[in-house]
Amino acid sequence: MTIFAPANLKRLFTILMIAGVIAVMTGTPGSSTAPPTTGIHGSYLERVSWFGLFAVQRWFLFFTLGVIVWLLVSFYRPRARTIRHGFDSVLALPKEITAKRPTRIVLILVALAILLFLPKLVHESFWMYLIVEQIGVWILLALGLNVVVGFAGLLDLGFAAFYAIGAYTTALFTGALPMPALFHHPIPTLWVIPIGILAAMIFGVLLGTPTLRLRGDYLAIVTLGFALIIDDFVEIQNGVTGGGVGSTPVPHPSLNLGFLHIHWGISPTPYYYLCLLFIAVFIAVFSALEHSRIGRAWVAIREDEVAAESVGINPLKFKVMAFAVGAASGGFGGVMSAGLVGIINPSLFTYQISVNVLVLVIFGGMGSIWGVALGAIVIQTATIYLDNYQPWGYQFNDLFMYIGALLIVMMIFRPAGLLPSRRRAREFAEAKGGDDVHTDEVLTGEQP
Amino acid sequence: MGFEHFWLSGFDQIHTAFWTYLAVGLQNGAVYAMIAVGYTLVYGVLGLINFAHGEVFMCGGFAGVFLTRGILGDRTGTGWGSVGLILAGILIGGLVSALVATGVERVAYRPLRRRHAPKLAFLISAIGASFFIQTLAGKEFGYGVNIFPGQVFEPGKVMFTLFGAQIHTIAVVSIIAAVVMLVVADRIVRATRLGRGIRAVSQDAETSSLMGVNIDRTITITFILGGALAGAAGFLYTLQSGMVQNAGTEIGIYAFTAAVLGGIGNLRGAALGGLFIGLFGSFSVPFAFEGNVQWTEIYTFLILVLVLIVRPTGILGEKSGRTA
Repeated sequence: MTIFAPANLKRLFTILMIAGVIAVMTGTPGSSTAPPTTGIHGSYLERVSWFGLFAVQRWFLFFTLGVIVWLLVSFYRPRARTIRHGFDSVLALPKEITAKRPTRIVLILVALAILLFLPKLVHESFWMYLIVEQIGVWILLALGLNVVVGFAGLLDLGFAAFYAIGAYTTALFTGALPMPALFHHPIPTLWVIPIGILAAMIFGVLLGTPTLRLRGDYLAIVTLGFALIIDDFVEIQNGVTGGGVGSTPVPHPSLNLGFLHIHWGISPTPYYYLCLLFIAVFIAVFSALEHSRIGRAWVAIREDEVAAESVGINPLKFKVMAFAVGAASGGFGGVMSAGLVGIINPSLFTYQISVNVLVLVIFGGMGSIWGVALGAIVIQTATIYLDNYQPWGYQFNDLFMYIGALLIVMMIFRPAGLLPSRRRAREFAEAKGGDDVHTDEVLTGEQP
Repeated sequence: MGFEHFWLSGFDQIHTAFWTYLAVGLQNGAVYAMIAVGYTLVYGVLGLINFAHGEVFMCGGFAGVFLTRGILGDRTGTGWGSVGLILAGILIGGLVSALVATGVERVAYRPLRRRHAPKLAFLISAIGASFFIQTLAGKEFGYGVNIFPGQVFEPGKVMFTLFGAQIHTIAVVSIIAAVVMLVVADRIVRATRLGRGIRAVSQDAETSSLMGVNIDRTITITFILGGALAGAAGFLYTLQSGMVQNAGTEIGIYAFTAAVLGGIGNLRGAALGGLFIGLFGSFSVPFAFEGNVQWTEIYTFLILVLVLIVRPTGILGEKSGRTA
């Protein structure tokens, strides 16, 4: 019986472990009010521990499902190659569809129509608000981080700092902070947009110049360190930033050109169009940059810094540029968010937010602008759904658990992302080189 | 309050309570040193930071909490009972953390290693692992809730008085435990066959595999060793401060700072760096503006930033390729 071969039993073990992890992940949360002297009662782990094992039927359910999956896998094992091939072609589908020019044009037109008339389709302003705040702003953030991580290959774990700079600059110039507005004269929110973008870019240069000499993992941790410093600092300085409570409401922007009056008020629809406009602008600018001399320099640095330096590219200069360019869109996200939400506080700019933006970039495809936008839409839509409907006992904080898991899964199975940039996919494939193992063979512990 | 006054009052406080600050600093330093060694060891064999190491530490702490609460209930440990409990806690903490570290290696690192994935992929999957463990712990044990272990000995128990400063039992226990374990780890890496394997892989993984070193096994052992140290540190930390689900990020960064300060890849350097960071954190407490403890965090993060920017090879010198 091949079904009881050692390799297959090992696979059963792996599958059961995964089932167990999923069972704990989706299980009821433990009690946060632990009694001070006894063990931690009420936590799911305790109920499924040795003595509670038979009290929780859910555990059996997952165990059974695991065994069923294992049987299915064992059964379909001889046809693995065909299945894998089918799976790969399904995954390649988005790329294939977008490759043909006529279909691409039709798709773009359809997408454009949907985007333009979305406020007509979504009637409740509650959802419209979430679409702008949770998807629109996050697309901006993801586009910005994509320049840093995707184009230049620099892992920035403090990207939320740029977002914070944009938001706090807005609050500062509109006089929404405890500190008086700069020059004691609050200015309209709309005119803060260029100032906010500029402030974020300047901060990007200031942060990048000393840190970007460092190699990959050190850069990640130093940006994290800076982000934590800023976070602490903002919380401490009650007199300047409003501390943990945050700012007073930032006034809604309005535009008055004589012949044209636009007021961004309670309704999210005008914000939607503003956001859309700027997303389009940023996509256009970043695409142009990607294919310019600067973009090619970024690729060169990402792939081999020493070689890039030897052909006359100054790595530091271009890395700092990547930081500044990425910061621009992050900063605008901050301005947008401040205008829309009104009150800003440090909890909007935590380390969690940075990693959350990172997952959008990874999921969509590092270095692929459309991929990143798509990734942001998919993941943020899922987030909105999970947060508002809370299916299967989902709780707000669980999100970060799934984000962590998604990061690992993406790195194992599809490091180039959903809609990979052609060059990035090649880089990951080249790195694969050596022993030609398929990823799922690695996961199930099979020796090549 | 003028700046000068603030500055001088800080020194006054240190002057009056020097030995207290020293004891606290050494105690924290012991914990940081043990975690930092894990960073350094893993850096040696894999050539990158294990971002999930802070969470490994956190898991060890929670294991200790469960154990001591389960055994003690609402009693307070005394005499040999406390000693046994401490040993058991260190053991369990180390065991659980070693398991978690191995799990992280299996899930987040090994598949990528097989594919020779670029470094960026390793970093991202490690961050994913760290996030996952941290949030899972939050789900089970509460977000931001500090959970204290059973009372292994009377809280705030003073062992002896040194120049007027009360030295708490927990400080003595932490320091002794750390010294013993660090010496053992140092001996393992330097003098045993296992250690020779670790050092060989650090120096040149490919060549050492040609010489008959099993790379996968060596890397797993390194994670176990680092994880066990972090878990023991987690238990000792828990005795003093309790454990909270997101402690791993902050303490992890402190320990990482220590590892870089001592020169990453350098085991003794990491221990010394940990000691320094502990002392620095303790002696910077009087210099926190308006008594706000977050300032000491900022100071330590600034040390990290400064060290990385000014001297990323550390004070004792980086020994990439030569762990020990």
